[in-house]
Amino acid sequence: MSDKTPIDIKSWIREQWGASKLPPGGVVPAPATSLEYKTGEWREFKPILDDEKCTGCTQCYFICPDDAIKMDDRFHPIFDYDFCKGCTLCVEICPVDAIKIVKEVK
Amino acid sequence: MAKVENQEVKGLTGDQAVAYALLNIDPDVVPAYPITPQTIIMEKFSEFWADGLVKTELVHVESEHSAMSAAVGASATGARVFTATASQGVALMYEILFIASGSRLPIVMAVANRALSAPINIHGELTDQLVTRDAGWVSFIGEDAQEAYDHTIIGFKIAEYPEVSLPFMYGLEGFIVTHALEPVYMLDKKTIYDFIGEFREPSNWVFAPGNPGAQGLLALPDYYMELKYQQEQGMKNARKVIPKVLDEFGEITGRYYHEVEPFHMEDAKYAFITAGASSGTAKAVVQRLRSKGEPVGMVKLRTIRPYPDEQLSELLKDLDGVMVVDRSVTFGSPASIQATDLASALLKHRKFPRVLSSAIVGLGGRDITEKDFEGLYEQLKKDVQEDVSRTHWWGVRI
Repeated sequence: MSDKTPIDIKSWIREQWGASKLPPGGVVPAPATSLEYKTGEWREFKPILDDEKCTGCTQCYFICPDDAIKMDDRFHPIFDYDFCKGCTLCVEICPVDAIKIVKEVK
Repeated sequence: MAKVENQEVKGLTGDQAVAYALLNIDPDVVPAYPITPQTIIMEKFSEFWADGLVKTELVHVESEHSAMSAAVGASATGARVFTATASQGVALMYEILFIASGSRLPIVMAVANRALSAPINIHGELTDQLVTRDAGWVSFIGEDAQEAYDHTIIGFKIAEYPEVSLPFMYGLEGFIVTHALEPVYMLDKKTIYDFIGEFREPSNWVFAPGNPGAQGLLALPDYYMELKYQQEQGMKNARKVIPKVLDEFGEITGRYYHEVEPFHMEDAKYAFITAGASSGTAKAVVQRLRSKGEPVGMVKLRTIRPYPDEQLSELLKDLDGVMVVDRSVTFGSPASIQATDLASALLKHRKFPRVLSSAIVGLGGRDITEKDFEGLYEQLKKDVQEDVSRTHWWGVRI
């Protein structure tokens, strides 16, 4: 979450602003507001790391289309579940089967 | 503002008149693509630009779709933007027309009204503009070169009102107005500048360095309807702003315009509804019929959107018969384009003439003569006598 995001943008969503309050023309007069939109909520499959198996090859880091994988100091993946949509590309590319998927239960 | 005495008068075609208005408006950005019968607007304006008389950024684009896209981009930065097109050009712009209005960008566009293909035809017809009536633009139709000149100036003023913030288009019929030479009274740069004023931002935010944000975004079911409702509010505000602006313009020029302009409607039993160039012909015929004691009047329609439903229903209530003379065509519709709008207006206010007929006339630039109006008057009386509302394909060989 960006600390540059003005607080009132968050209140649009929380207070469900209507036509009289929303800025005209569908404008969002603030940067980086997409960080407020948690696309991870769309996820159906959740990647889980088996830390024992991971060799730190970083292929999952580079294939992630949503930049939702960070690396720790051993180059092992850390999943950002706020933005991971569960596309499972990381699971497919892992050469040592260190990432498994579990069905998301909401 | 006080009336400007001694306005310069020049012999101009409708297209040239628009270019001369632009010369003194000096818009920031003009993206345009040539198409008959609009071409002379941009030809003349390009001359002014080449002579260094305007500071405009003139953008030569590869299509009308690009012209309107460039207009949207420029306007989003807070620039004052003009473009002009006709017929197939309007059709190609169609997609972006909605983006201009949905983004609340006060772009001004002249439409040199021309018939749509196929078959290809370059002459006057209002269909190209009327089919954009749902695109969210404020839409005017003018009768002659003077109105083309005046609408160019009035358009910026209306569109840029913060509570309106909608794009504005105005029609001048192909060749009949665009290429016919008429005396046009003109205003000086300072008067126009004082009238339109400093450019007012279309919203409280524009694309600019140091002003991060986003426009042209996705709005899903949870926000889309609210944003569309805002556009309708903009149109509602335009209803209030338009008479104010027209009055103010009248004070400066002595030329008082109205959304609807009744002529000999006192005690009338029958009336024509006209828009655009044929209104002049209708006036001559109404005048002559009146001198013979016929109870006929007419209403010239200037604003297509927002539609002046209240004024029209008030003018037309209790009449025996109304004939909408429509230089446009739609197929499979209950009546002509303008007659269906009018019928909705009358139903909304529950004030009716007995018979509401319409005539599809002058398509593809076919002349609408005094004889046509005389014939239409006889036809209207016949429709009333038989108590039937009809749509007539007037003057077509069957």
